[in-house]
Amino acid sequence: MTERLPPKERTKIPRQAMPEQDPHERAHNFAEVNRGLEILVAEKEAQRCLACNDPKCVHGCPVGVKIREFVDLVIEGEYLKAAAKIREDNVLPAVTGRVCPQENQCEGSCILGKRFSPLAIGHLERFVADYEQATGQVGLPERAPATGKKVAIVGSGPAGLSCAGDLVLKGHDVTVFEALHEIGGVLVYGIPEFRLPKEIVRNEVDNLRKMGVDFQTNVVIGKTVTIDELFDEEGYDAVFIATGAGLPKFMNLPGEHLGGVYSANEFLTRVNLMKAYDPDHYDSPIYYCRDRNVAVIGGGNTAMDSIRSALRLGAKNAYIIYRRGEEEMPARREEVHHARDEGVQFLNLHNPVEFLGNDDGYLTAVKLIKMELGPEDESGRRSPIPIESSEFDLPLDVAIIAIGTGANPLVQSTTPDVKTNKWGYIVADDQTLRTTKRGVFAGGDIVSGSATVILAMGAGRTAARSIHEYLTTGEW
Amino acid sequence: MFPIRQARFLAPEIKLFKIEAPRIARRRQAGQFVIVRIHEHGERIPLTIADSDVDQGTITIVVQGIGKTTKLLNMLETGDAIQDVVGPLGEPSEVDQFGTVVVIGGGVGTAIAFPTAVAMKQAGNRVLSIIGAKSKELLILEDEMRATSDELFIMTDDGSAGTHGFVTQKLEDLIQQGEQIDRVLAIGPIPMMQAVANVTRPHNIKTIVSLNPIMVDGTGMCGGCRVTVGSQTRFACVDGPEFDAHDVDFKILAQRNTLYHSSEQTAFESFVSDPSKDIDQIRHCRLQQRHPEVGPQAS
Ligand SMILES: Cc1cc2nc3c(=O)[nH]c(=O)nc-3n(C[C@H](O)[C@H](O)[C@H](O)COP(=O)(O)OP(=O)(O)OC[C@H]3O[C@@H](n4cnc5c(N)ncnc54)[C@H](O)[C@@H]3O)c2cc1C
Ligand SMILES: Cc1cc2nc3c(=O)[nH]c(=O)nc-3n(C[C@H](O)[C@H](O)[C@H](O)COP(=O)(O)OP(=O)(O)OC[C@H]3O[C@@H](n4cnc5c(N)ncnc54)[C@H](O)[C@@H]3O)c2cc1C
Ligand code: SF4
Ligand code: SF4
Ligand code: FES
Repeated sequence: MTERLPPKERTKIPRQAMPEQDPHERAHNFAEVNRGLEILVAEKEAQRCLACNDPKCVHGCPVGVKIREFVDLVIEGEYLKAAAKIREDNVLPAVTGRVCPQENQCEGSCILGKRFSPLAIGHLERFVADYEQATGQVGLPERAPATGKKVAIVGSGPAGLSCAGDLVLKGHDVTVFEALHEIGGVLVYGIPEFRLPKEIVRNEVDNLRKMGVDFQTNVVIGKTVTIDELFDEEGYDAVFIATGAGLPKFMNLPGEHLGGVYSANEFLTRVNLMKAYDPDHYDSPIYYCRDRNVAVIGGGNTAMDSIRSALRLGAKNAYIIYRRGEEEMPARREEVHHARDEGVQFLNLHNPVEFLGNDDGYLTAVKLIKMELGPEDESGRRSPIPIESSEFDLPLDVAIIAIGTGANPLVQSTTPDVKTNKWGYIVADDQTLRTTKRGVFAGGDIVSGSATVILAMGAGRTAARSIHEYLTTGEW
Repeated sequence: MFPIRQARFLAPEIKLFKIEAPRIARRRQAGQFVIVRIHEHGERIPLTIADSDVDQGTITIVVQGIGKTTKLLNMLETGDAIQDVVGPLGEPSEVDQFGTVVVIGGGVGTAIAFPTAVAMKQAGNRVLSIIGAKSKELLILEDEMRATSDELFIMTDDGSAGTHGFVTQKLEDLIQQGEQIDRVLAIGPIPMMQAVANVTRPHNIKTIVSLNPIMVDGTGMCGGCRVTVGSQTRFACVDGPEFDAHDVDFKILAQRNTLYHSSEQTAFESFVSDPSKDIDQIRHCRLQQRHPEVGPQAS
């Protein structure tokens, strides 16, 4: 146990850096970029916290992780207790510590950030979660006596997983149905190994399995079974729809059918889920990137993940093509910096107008137009405007489109009494996440549109509370 | 795990499997497919559900061994198990009482067309079937197709069975003979489907083809299976796989299907030179089947 330093001393400590794999080396492998904090470093970082009476950081966290309290436990050297403290509000700390956009959430609200650098809350969260995993002493909570109620959860992303965890503890019989052959949603098919090792997701899923959650892969709800059949034939009492927003958007530009043009979803699925980066052991091919020119269109996390994967597959030139400026990029800051350090070239204020190909149907170039920023649009960002006659061709072998995703309609189309909005997202009550169909709840990206891991988890927890209430009172 | 209940060759390199998958058997309709992944390290490939037996809880697939995954699949026997089978995917065939329907199957396409031929017959249509293959021993499901058709015509490229020539020749003959055809369903290699479309176009005969682009998830999530139909982009796995043949851009489809040729070739060669790596994976599957606690359960 370490003594707390007086406040003056605390602010003298600089924010502790996260050790990283060397950029030149890591640009060629899929191992995790961030290495994690050493114990002494973590402790030193924790000492920076001012232990505020009204911790602003907690308001910044969408699920209200008790940050000050867990940081206190880190200072005391009580890492397992610190992990348990986080788990009270967040069941996937090893994941969120790695992927939350902390600069807009907990760290963005930390008081230290006003004059110094904010506390590295994400890094500390990851530290205690990894410590817990390494010791194998994950404190799995007690399960309440069986209630005899059955709940079906559709989709195994963060929303589905967190809902499953909470409901199984309340004693309900919980089954998670997943369309793909692996559990985890975007955490396994989208976010790459070098940012979130799949081992971590697998461990968390194993924990849920130990707690009693039943996982059924290869079941597409709406195709293999419908929601109505889950109620009428399989005896479920409630259903939580957490199918995410996985439908890829294309740009409807000429040449989009050319070989070498991918949606980010396909590219990342081939690389992550199907392990295309390891052709000696896995069969799914990926279009050749080695020594080729590869560009990603978009400026979000998906774009950064795609281009950094392409780089690791050996791309000669790796470009980000983004129609606004770097300030406007929705990706996590850390990812943008990592991408730049690894050698990704940013073509900001550029937009594609056409994909050009050869007679065999393969991509050879993209026609780009330069953009400038005009007045703010409804998203509060300055809107990009094309500069006339500024087009030029960029030679390209692979183009990956990462301009966002939409709602997958498979569930909704076979369950017309679950109401959707004009974009196809499910309409659910803010507070209870009830849909328009009795016994059916929905949350995560399929309600909010593409958002974040922690918001999806928060929705899963809200749904769990609300489902539990419905199952115990029977009132809708 | 999805146990194989029956496995037998119908022709050289063409094998029929009955696979235990009760949920899929119960819901599937003609024209739908499954996506399978043979073992932990395998790729996902689509295969049409040729038939199903709700009581036995099995689905039937017919596989032509053309590359690594299909050849490996064809090495499996009764008692083996497949790691992942998901479905039924895709939109069912549009089945109605159209009148006279000509069903054309080329090669393994006959197995894909078969369930829709059955459904068309049940819906009260007059079904004329034309099945084609390179030679006599490559003909499949001849008896099954005969049983469900009012008339069956056989065409072989070398004349070793039925009439010497392509399926399109028979189709043209029927049209010339003044046969009133209300709809054509053609499933087979891309050049065959395109040729059928060219035959029926001038006669304005509604023609449906089942497209076979490269797929990954089969649920509309990746866009890899996109095809150009009537100058629009459609996802074959959720909007199809059946489309109006007169609107399909077959050239783009054929080009996109060659995208991974070199990696497929490499995978195939290394598999042929040493199949043991993959066979070991499947033995592992068998082990899992006997000891379900070591792997995920069948659903
Ligand atoms: C490449 C990428 C990088 C990202 N990076 C970050 C990041 O760094 N930080 C961050 O906070 N957020 C990030 N996000 C966003 C975040 O991953 C999502 O907001 C979050 O995963 C949404 O969770 P969810 O549970 O709602 O859905 P998902 O994670 O999308 O999971 C939905 C699951 O449902 C399954 N499913 C769909 N339909 C059916 C059906 N009919 N039947 C059965 N199963 C079905 C899907 O296969 C999927 O597994 C990223 C997203 C992507 C794509
Ligand atoms: C909806 C649909 C239904 C099908 N039904 C049947 C069927 O009932 N019986 C049958 O024998 N075949 C069927 N096919 C074709 C079958 O999926 C391919 O033959 C198989 O994927 C080839 O894999 P491979 O590894 O053996 O060969 P490879 O050497 O990898 O590929 C050979 C060719 O097969 C195609 N192919 C490769 N990978 C895929 C993939 N993931 N998805 C689709 N096509 C691919 C490409 O055109 C490729 O050039 C169907 C395809 C589709 C899209
Ligand atoms: S869950 Fe995310 S936002 Fe909340 S404290 Fe942890 S890292 Fe910060
Ligand atoms: S706002 Fe910052 S300094 Fe204050 S308690 Fe939270 S982490 Fe500590
Ligand atoms: S196979 Fe992925 S969208 Fe059709």
